[in-house]
Amino acid sequence: MTVALSAPGAEVPGLRHRKRPGVLPGFGLSMGFTMVYLSLLVLLPLAMLPLKSASLGWEGFWRVVSAPQAVYSYQLTFGTALIAAAVNLVFGMVVAWVLVRYQFPGKKILDAMVDLPFALPTAVAGIALTALYAKSGWLGGPLDEWFGLKVAFTPIGIVVAMIFIGIPFVVRTVQPVLEDIEREIEEAAVSLGANRWETLRRVLLPTVVPALLTGFALAFARAVGEYGSIVFIAGNRPMVTQITPLLIMSKLEQFDYVGAAAIATVMLAISFVLLLMINVLQGWQSRRGRRFA
Amino acid sequence: MSATTDRPAHLTEPRWMRGVLLGLALTFLALFLLLPLITVFAEAFKKGWQLYLAAITEPDALSAIRLTLWVAAVSLVVNLIFGVAAAWAIAKFEFRGKQFLITLIDLPFSVSPVVAGLVFVLLFGSQGWLWPYLQDHNLKIVYAVPGVVLATLFVTFPFIARELIPLMQAQGSEEEQAALTLGASGWQIFWRVTLPNIKWGLLYGAILCNARAMGEFGAVSVVSGHVRGLTNTLTLHVEILYGEYQFAASFAVASLLALLALVTLVIKNVVEWRSARPDSVNQPMEAAPGANAAPRPATA
Repeated sequence: MTVALSAPGAEVPGLRHRKRPGVLPGFGLSMGFTMVYLSLLVLLPLAMLPLKSASLGWEGFWRVVSAPQAVYSYQLTFGTALIAAAVNLVFGMVVAWVLVRYQFPGKKILDAMVDLPFALPTAVAGIALTALYAKSGWLGGPLDEWFGLKVAFTPIGIVVAMIFIGIPFVVRTVQPVLEDIEREIEEAAVSLGANRWETLRRVLLPTVVPALLTGFALAFARAVGEYGSIVFIAGNRPMVTQITPLLIMSKLEQFDYVGAAAIATVMLAISFVLLLMINVLQGWQSRRGRRFA
Repeated sequence: MSATTDRPAHLTEPRWMRGVLLGLALTFLALFLLLPLITVFAEAFKKGWQLYLAAITEPDALSAIRLTLWVAAVSLVVNLIFGVAAAWAIAKFEFRGKQFLITLIDLPFSVSPVVAGLVFVLLFGSQGWLWPYLQDHNLKIVYAVPGVVLATLFVTFPFIARELIPLMQAQGSEEEQAALTLGASGWQIFWRVTLPNIKWGLLYGAILCNARAMGEFGAVSVVSGHVRGLTNTLTLHVEILYGEYQFAASFAVASLLALLALVTLVIKNVVEWRSARPDSVNQPMEAAPGANAAPRPATA
């Protein structure tokens, strides 16, 4: 034993600083492969964005990302994404409520259909929405004729496409929370004299608010980065319908790689912030869930 | 159509209110989900069967189908290996920075597809850092098939891992430890104990990964260079036809992708039913960043 203890690298029980991660084999192999693959495919390529933008210098970088065309694209992207996420917040709540609480024919199919925007390739959604809302389309024609409302090739079209791709987020985050609310909580509210509206507003709504906000943030984050479903219906008109991903695309087409990288760096930073916000929201949601469910 | 409910009257809305809510939900979904889907098929068959068949059997379309299948197969295999490795490391072991690693794995979901494509152009393109090396060795990555594969790998990166990590974390490692004490080797434990436990999760992730790989547009559009018959995937072929005002042909090819989406939804629901994961019904197919990072209320 004394020999073993004094041997180099031998671990003295209780004095170990590095805990073994676990008893099962394969940690080195699986962890090593994960890290190498993650670094090569994701981290290294993403690091190219700030590195490439750095060649502009701070002032040059600022000039590119604060150019009027760029600023307009941020305003357009965030404005439309905000409206679309708000629409999804309201209707996603209604859809989730109906799917959880009511019985009606075709409910299972409807429930499955909610995931369609994830399964349908964005380019297909894009050309379908454009055909639907163009002047000759089923919806675009009447909307233009009756209300003078032009959807395709205007910011409204962008909102429509963003609503489409955002539908599943609010529904799928609110649905499980609604399912988990125990009937006893509502019984208690009613027995304490609350009417239906009061029960909804003061008991049910506070329970689903974190999930609603999480779904809203997820839909918003997705809409901000969306390209495929928007490019056709938006039509890429600078200072009119040019969202930020489209601006990056047109900079690339003009071989302005550094400019594209600079704008993309801004988008990446925004993605990070949204990611952090969503993590905070989900922490809140799971705490709230434990308290009420 | 009326909305019935199994709840007593004092725990639900009045009848008219239920009708209004159901009507709102159905109108919204019909307008934003059903109508676009119907449009795809209506436009595809507008000019008749002959044109439809011609559009999906012409050489460029066939080569786009071949490339799409090939790219999807590659990304499926690579992501299966990565997903299992990442989930094994994260779910079966304790180490510092685990939560951070999970967040990093989710990262590609929150990156715009255009940005995902751009980074590979910056790395391998004609102004890229590796361009001189690639030139010397006569290699072409961007505006060639390898670029399309790389971009697809990037956007599908989290799919299988994020399905497996919460599943394997919930299952724990008692069974594997039992196998270990009985003398099983690492690979024996994986093939005979772990794999049977995660097969439905694996299949679920694979379906989602496949749908995204075949349907990816933005990232692939940036790196492919749109070389007809060579680097065109199905979605890019749709775009080209559309840009040439060949609408019927474009929608014909798009209808193939829409069929793929419908098949994906059917298989997804079958898997959810077979695997009997009560929480899986409510999982977004592709939630954005960190949807699984926090424990869900259902499991808390």
